[in-house]
Amino acid sequence: MSTPAVTEPILDVSDLTLRFGGTTAVDAVEFAVGRAELFAIVGPNGAGKTSIFNCVSGVYRPQRGSIRFDGEELRGRRPDTVAQLGIARTFQNIELFENLTVLDNLMLGRHHHLDYGALAGLLYLGKAKRAETENRRVVEEIIDFLEIESIRRSLVGMLPYGLKKRVELGRALAMEPRLLLLDEPVAGMNLEETEDMARFILDIRAELGVTMVMVEHDMGLVMDIADRVLVLDFGQRIALGEPGRIQSDPAVIEAYLGEAP
Amino acid sequence: MSVTTEGARRRGAGRGRPLLYTSYAADQAIWNTPAKRVWTLALLVAVLALPFYLDRDLTSLLTTVFVYAIGGIGLNLVTGYAGQVSLGHAFFLGLGAYTAAVFGGEATDDVVGLGLDMAIWLPLAGLVPALVGFAVAPLAARVRGLYLAILTLGLVFIGLHIFNEADSITGGAGVGRAPAEPVLFGVDLTTRFELFGTRVNRDMVYYILCLVVLVVLAVAARNLTRSKWGRAFAAVRDRDVAAEVMGVSLLRTKTLAFTISSFYAGIAGALLSVVVGRISPNTWDLFLSIDFLAVVLIGGVATITGSIMGAAFVVLLPRLVDELSAYLPFISGHTGEGFLSVFQLQTMIFGALIVLFLVLEPRGLYGLWVRVRNYWKAWPFSY
Repeated sequence: MSTPAVTEPILDVSDLTLRFGGTTAVDAVEFAVGRAELFAIVGPNGAGKTSIFNCVSGVYRPQRGSIRFDGEELRGRRPDTVAQLGIARTFQNIELFENLTVLDNLMLGRHHHLDYGALAGLLYLGKAKRAETENRRVVEEIIDFLEIESIRRSLVGMLPYGLKKRVELGRALAMEPRLLLLDEPVAGMNLEETEDMARFILDIRAELGVTMVMVEHDMGLVMDIADRVLVLDFGQRIALGEPGRIQSDPAVIEAYLGEAP
Repeated sequence: MSVTTEGARRRGAGRGRPLLYTSYAADQAIWNTPAKRVWTLALLVAVLALPFYLDRDLTSLLTTVFVYAIGGIGLNLVTGYAGQVSLGHAFFLGLGAYTAAVFGGEATDDVVGLGLDMAIWLPLAGLVPALVGFAVAPLAARVRGLYLAILTLGLVFIGLHIFNEADSITGGAGVGRAPAEPVLFGVDLTTRFELFGTRVNRDMVYYILCLVVLVVLAVAARNLTRSKWGRAFAAVRDRDVAAEVMGVSLLRTKTLAFTISSFYAGIAGALLSVVVGRISPNTWDLFLSIDFLAVVLIGGVATITGSIMGAAFVVLLPRLVDELSAYLPFISGHTGEGFLSVFQLQTMIFGALIVLFLVLEPRGLYGLWVRVRNYWKAWPFSY
């Protein structure tokens, strides 16, 4: 199982280990993601895919290993400072702000691009007003890109599931990330919605050049659009490589289908 | 460029399309429709004219409404917008009142007072509680929900103890002290004077003063809530993990909410002490905090307009019950015989209304207003 070395990776994870009491959720996992790559992480339930995302974005504190983003160590950083470095993510069970409109949710993605203090906010003159208007323009471009113009004033809590997923992707894009972590972007979607989402993901890479790491159970989607795939089982890396090679890897087949008789 | 787009919007409005926006600035404005602009202005004019037609005691009561609205907006920022339940609001009101009294009050044999101008003591009455709020916030930011309620409840009791013991500042338990002197830019606001042939008394001056402070602070709060900080408040309230992953610092956001809320409380406390005329340490107890929670809950969580409506409701209801009780046979007046006293009836109605609002319209008076507005927007259709 040889892996072609990634030159100048944007995300470099080595020896990452996360334990909850006696359970090792992530066990000495190593991988590197190249610039503008579409990298997928797959594995059975409980393999530690989302745990890796939580370690990268600072929600969990791994016991061992290092996570380097563009040369900067992420371990020990709080989630908000990780976000400010240019890492955005979506969640498996949509984590939108349900009492706010789609616009406000997307504007929250612009939080650290809006460079004004609390006093400027109280006055809402000059700098704050200008910043709000300029960032509104950026948000409107994302609304246009994701084709959600008609719902921009709707409360997110009232939207159907598929649209919520799209809004959450928009909120992550609004952060203008250099690395985008997508946690099951098409979970629970029908074929048409899945195809729409796949198109958006490919467009994001083509038009914005954003590096993406995607956790996904839909193997069809992963095999279609991912550049490389990391396969996990019980927190351990069992395979890493191009989709075609992964499909025929005996370790992967064993993890998914059980041992051949 | 903004000039031309503004012009385009005006023309759009002129053609009867008030909701056609051609600039983001116009869309993001507080008064974003001509109707809102006209009605707000009309309301403001009416409110300004009111004291010239009202009795002195009613003028004074409305002044109390304004003061409660300032405090209510402060509590709504931290509890309604940022979702951090605070029972400690009364403590910050008290802190503001005594800061004002120390800097603006007269020194006597018993209490200290610097006798400074209102232009100095009023901002200080906000800043000192804001500093204390800033100092307490890191503690409060570590806990949430019920635990935060208990933590802030502790503040009220610590405050009561300090206010009762610090004789040289507060006058001590059961004695109290005079509040700050309302001398603004060297002009004593308590003296009567003539304006356009009308005699302007102290209550009218207080009324206008508190109204001006309320309008300034309400607009500032509304600005804050539509800025990145207001969105951050709501994000922290709704989903704190997601907020953090979006780059919102929980500690900074909660600290900001507590600090600004305490500033508003301090100003409200200082003005309340001036309007009431004498302050005793036991004023700043848990019941005052609950009054302000009632302002937020009845007015509507996370709305500034609602806080003002809630304040009017909480302050005016007891008076309304008092007036009406004269016509009810089973209520004893202040002296007469009856089944219930006025005060008992007031408390019962107050409690019942809080329960009714929580069950029937959790968005409060503002929610009722939105319903009425939407009904007439769609009229004659039901949806």
